[in-house]
Amino acid sequence: MTTQLVTAEPDLAPPAKKQRRMKSSYPYIFYLPAGVIYAIFFLVPTLTSLYFSLTRWTLFDQQFIGFDNFVQFFKEPALVRGFINTFLYAFITSGAKVVLGLLFGVLLSSQIIARGYLRSAIFFPVMVSVIGIGITWKALMDPTDGLINQVLSVFGIDGPGWLTNPALALFSVAMVDIWAGVGLATLIYIAGITSIPQDTYEAAAVDGVNAWQKFWKIIVPLVRPATASVVLFSLIGGLRTFDLIWTMTKGGPGFTSDVLSSVIYKQYQAGFFGLSTAGSVVLIVVIFVLVTPLTAWLNRGDKDR
Amino acid sequence: MTFRKLRTTTVVVASTVTLGLVLTACSGSNSSSSGSSASGSGEEVTLSFLVNSGETNEAQAKAVVDAFEAENPTIKIETSTRPGGTEGDNLIKTKLATGEMEDIFQYDSGSLLQALNPDQSLVNVADQAYMSKLDDNFKTAVGTANGTYGVPWASSMAGGVLYNKDIYAELGLKVPTTWDEFIANSQKIKDAGKAAPIVASFGDGWTSQMWILSDFYNVQAQDPEWAQKYTENKVNFSSDPAFAGFSNLEEVGKSGLLNTDFASATYDDAIKMLADGTGAQYPMLTFAVQNFQQNYPDALSKIGVFPMPGTNPAQNGLTVWEPNAVYISKATEGAQLDAAEKFQAFMATPAACSAIESSTGASGPFVVEGCTLPADAPAIVTDQQPFFDADKTGLALEFLSPVKGPALEQIAVSVGSGITSAVDGAAQYDEDVKKQAQQLNLPGW
Repeated sequence: MTTQLVTAEPDLAPPAKKQRRMKSSYPYIFYLPAGVIYAIFFLVPTLTSLYFSLTRWTLFDQQFIGFDNFVQFFKEPALVRGFINTFLYAFITSGAKVVLGLLFGVLLSSQIIARGYLRSAIFFPVMVSVIGIGITWKALMDPTDGLINQVLSVFGIDGPGWLTNPALALFSVAMVDIWAGVGLATLIYIAGITSIPQDTYEAAAVDGVNAWQKFWKIIVPLVRPATASVVLFSLIGGLRTFDLIWTMTKGGPGFTSDVLSSVIYKQYQAGFFGLSTAGSVVLIVVIFVLVTPLTAWLNRGDKDR
Repeated sequence: MTFRKLRTTTVVVASTVTLGLVLTACSGSNSSSSGSSASGSGEEVTLSFLVNSGETNEAQAKAVVDAFEAENPTIKIETSTRPGGTEGDNLIKTKLATGEMEDIFQYDSGSLLQALNPDQSLVNVADQAYMSKLDDNFKTAVGTANGTYGVPWASSMAGGVLYNKDIYAELGLKVPTTWDEFIANSQKIKDAGKAAPIVASFGDGWTSQMWILSDFYNVQAQDPEWAQKYTENKVNFSSDPAFAGFSNLEEVGKSGLLNTDFASATYDDAIKMLADGTGAQYPMLTFAVQNFQQNYPDALSKIGVFPMPGTNPAQNGLTVWEPNAVYISKATEGAQLDAAEKFQAFMATPAACSAIESSTGASGPFVVEGCTLPADAPAIVTDQQPFFDADKTGLALEFLSPVKGPALEQIAVSVGSGITSAVDGAAQYDEDVKKQAQQLNLPGW
């Protein structure tokens, strides 16, 4: 997926007229297996969830209640906070992944010692299960017995309650998310930087650009496709984040680190299936509304090139 | 008894034969279910049994199953476990809705049971002979208007304040009967400087609810009709007497009387603090006696319990929780159903009580006729007895009303940590229970 976005592929598609004739030479029945799978696993659940979001649903029976679930969902005490947190979390993690990913990408695509080792070291957290990461960091961040605060106390610093301080909890989790996800962003940037043609650098060298200009005038503009994919996948990932928050804080203390997905999950846990389905519909709409214009904006230059 | 046994055997054999027929010949008929007791001794029946996970509970399950299998050699029970809390609740609901439920399972009584739609999903056992041996309060907690569904699992328990008796003796403190005395005691413990006066363990969110839940005897003492009015949406937690639970919690959070690691401490940490004397008082259910028994047996004799103090010393009493119960899923049929009913009947006998008692001890009085507590029961259990004898006990709200909101623990943590005020917290909880009431389709919401 990533290579597709970062490498500019030449247009190999045949002329439109010929294409249409070729298409019709295949019987439509060939579409059927994929179509059936798509319908059963994607179309039908999407449509039924739209319906169930309008019902009070107990798994045993359901009662149509119109938009009451949506009204109720927006009255959740956790939700206002959850909305703010979701955006905060998504923008912080995706912003940090872009900046750090680009910096690491530049560093690790240059000729430095132990490049191969450093590349795998930074990519390593991506391969670890998110639950494992969450549990490990939760132990590290324990206010009294955790390694972080014990190290700080050696230097005479009284470390904060990383996950128990209501003002800090969300940022602590976001920090771990960045740590875990920056490897993938770096990888995409390395691919993007490597695909910049060598003659661009040579031409720049002839013109006598310095390293600073090389970074801002050549690398940053030419890795735009890579930036677009990093922003998109980390933003979507941040908006629907759940596993890390749930393992580390369960949305707590209280409701202070709740995000949209954890609010939805809690409704589901409590057996309010209609309400939680309504929450999922809200989440889909939010992601759609945010990501569609962003995609258009990020890819706006693509056609000119 | 013998008649029943004979009939059971016949049905077991007949059903096994029928099952065999269906499997081999694919004949859907079950006409052969009468007569035919050819083999006599009966084939072995295997029951699946789902219990709550946890060291204590699994030990109890093993003891009960062993005792039952010894009495019924033809029935074999395979036990599996499930997670607790809301995650487990959901698993149970999903299993019942999809017909995947084990033959028999252990689950809460009271409001959580109501959320399972017992009339549709469980086997009604109201007309079984052993029903007369069960405590009436318990039967209310496992029944609906249309039936009774469970038999008790282990003993009842109380919710109150567990306390370290050594610290109380050392400082010459008296067990408090009012909230003001409780705070005064706590202040003295703080001044002595050896132990955290009040232990909170918000690292396990559910423990925070105890301040509100175990205050319910005081609510009901001031307004005996409160629970019923609550179900009808005529009273709520935002006004007295029930608001006291929230305001107490807020006061404790602000008072500086809590352990310093209250935000991250877990239930196990709190038990340890109480056992080693670094914590003095901890609001909790008396099932904690089993944790002391397993992990700190030496501390058992110095841990006691007193009721959550209220405003009126004359109305000082204990909020009581009915035990979990064993239920049969409606999907259970034939030989399995018969064996399952046998198992339920066994759970209502003193033999089952003593199996549990000898494995892990009891957390309070049993609710089955003929079951008694041993003379050397731990102090947490014997401390409850005077309240039972004086009839100063009342059921917890979750057994008197099906209305219980799922977010109480998060709200309680917020109020106890000073993130939310008691007033806002109570209002949030009132909004939270509304969802549950509407989901249950109760009139008046």
